Amino acid sequence: MKYYRNHILVSINETSLAAGVQEFISSLRNELAKNDLAEEINILETGPLGFFGRGICLTVYPENINYEDVKIEDIPELVQEHFLKGRPLKRLMLGAAEKFSPKFNYENRIVLRNSGIIDPENIDDYIGTGGYEALEKALTQLRPEDVISEVKKSGLKGRGGAAFPVGLKWSFTAALNVPQKYVVVNADEGEPGTFKDRLIMEGDPHQLLEGVMLCAYAVGANKAYIYIRGEYKLCIARLENAIKQAYQYGILGKNIFDSGFDIDIEIKIGAGAYVCGEETALIESLEGNRGNPRWKPPFPGVEGLWKAPTIVNNVETLANVPFIIAKGAEEFVKYGTPECPGTKVYTILGDVAYPGLCEADMGTTLRTIINDYAGGMKKGFRFKAALVGGAAGVILPDRLLDVKMDFSSLNQYAAVLGSGAILVLNEHQSIIDLLWSILRFFRHESCGKCSPCRNGTEQLYKLISKIRKGNGTMQDVDLMLFIAETMQQTSFCALGQSPIMAVRSAIENFPDEFIELTKK
Amino acid sequence: MIKEICKKYAPHKDNLIQILHEIQNADPQHYISNEAVDTVAEYLNIPANHIYGVLTFYTMYSTKPRGKNIIRLCESPPCYIKGSENILRKLKVLLGVNVGETTKDGLFTLELCACLGVCGNAPVMMINDDFYGDLTEEKVEEIIDKIREMR
Repeated sequence: MKYYRNHILVSINETSLAAGVQEFISSLRNELAKNDLAEEINILETGPLGFFGRGICLTVYPENINYEDVKIEDIPELVQEHFLKGRPLKRLMLGAAEKFSPKFNYENRIVLRNSGIIDPENIDDYIGTGGYEALEKALTQLRPEDVISEVKKSGLKGRGGAAFPVGLKWSFTAALNVPQKYVVVNADEGEPGTFKDRLIMEGDPHQLLEGVMLCAYAVGANKAYIYIRGEYKLCIARLENAIKQAYQYGILGKNIFDSGFDIDIEIKIGAGAYVCGEETALIESLEGNRGNPRWKPPFPGVEGLWKAPTIVNNVETLANVPFIIAKGAEEFVKYGTPECPGTKVYTILGDVAYPGLCEADMGTTLRTIINDYAGGMKKGFRFKAALVGGAAGVILPDRLLDVKMDFSSLNQYAAVLGSGAILVLNEHQSIIDLLWSILRFFRHESCGKCSPCRNGTEQLYKLISKIRKGNGTMQDVDLMLFIAETMQQTSFCALGQSPIMAVRSAIENFPDEFIELTKK
Repeated sequence: MIKEICKKYAPHKDNLIQILHEIQNADPQHYISNEAVDTVAEYLNIPANHIYGVLTFYTMYSTKPRGKNIIRLCESPPCYIKGSENILRKLKVLLGVNVGETTKDGLFTLELCACLGVCGNAPVMMINDDFYGDLTEEKVEEIIDKIREMR
């Protein structure tokens, strides 16, 4: 293996591609070669680096210095200063403008441990960091029931929103004695403000594949589908490449590691429907139908894809499994809280100093996440509210920021933690506007199968539009609550049951804004 | 051409969504015609109205011809609070069309869409397969001008 003095990690993602990162890398290569540094400095194209700087972002190891918004014109200066003279170029360092250095050291990374460090397009990089060890261990030393009991012991709960214990879910399907079972990965991420799954797949696609294979082995399936949204082109390309490499290495396909276990993984591309994040709607879509949800029970674990038992798990859930099997459940429960072990991946957006991606222990307070991980509010802005959990989430004011972020604590506020989206609003932004935008979203995304949701989302949108224009009354506000509660009780699936979260939390936590607008 | 695309897939209904994607991507006007629907229906041995139902359910498909460049501006809450309404207004003025319409020269179609998952750079839009983030009114004008020059 070749050794280098420095590694420059370049994040290849949708943002940097738009900023011309390919051209940037070739210029950087030329500049390094011009200075006789090509043998000393390695350039590595990798996934998300864990912060969202603007434009092209770099991390330089071993110093662990982050640069943001680096332009082609900056390359000569950067190479001169940092790589010839050894002085980091302060001007471009992340945080130079805000006088703050994001404390990435807080992070305990499980799911993102390789993200932004390895080359996601190279299977050897993944194997080099201990990848596929868990699979090998499972196939050669563990019985399927051992895998399930390890996952049960770890206390892992589904990261897609419903927080169902994963080991328990698997055990229902494993117990069924039928010839055909399936594993389906829910990568149809559509909750507004959420893109953790995209970054998990872009940064470390093999980890997801390994999780899928472990799940398939545990429940006795030999076919898996990854249902991914059509807009995630880079994810799709990286996953296709990862699957191809795994087949070449004999990690996918027939008789893996001479264990007699066969598994095939196929990518299916979605076509744009929020409701397909609901597991039965997703299955309908996989079968080539409109994405209307099905009646439950029977649950997919018993009767899913083509009526066969089907495990549907979220990307983040499955990405946790290799760690649990390789290191053991005892190691996993060291993270998080006793009721909710492990970590959670968040995307923090809005007027914070460092919007971005972070992985925090379950139970970390919202205040810590916003103040420490995201660097607090952007200079000149004051905190007003945080929308936690996307459109199907809750709007929390400052006094509720000490809520612990885990599934059991957030239940008090009936919030959906699954999506991990935290959208921060400043004092100038209107809660009514935010709620209007959320209800417009639901109105558009209702699939129309059941009338409480189809009609309810329309009526909620009309009412909030009326209030927003200043034509509403407090009776309209009460009516919104009544409609949203009725929808919660009577809608067919989680989509129609969700708007109550945003509606109730907005009205309860920010009553003044409603009173102000309905005065006339 | 449509027949050739169909033949790449086994004649099972579960391939419908993938087949429709490929047909639409291959069509210069980015849409799925009635003739295409009939061909696919025959190949998969399913009713044409089932396919029409699927087509109109998912936002990525179009049953009407569209322009060379499809602009999809995100209108979900994270982009909305970062000013996507202003971007929409600017786009309407620049292109002289409303949402869902195509410019007379056939160069652009303006659409709105739900969260694209690039919220770190809100407001965001997609033009065909490319993302454009951190949009401002000036930036949008530059992007549109650039594409117009390239034609």
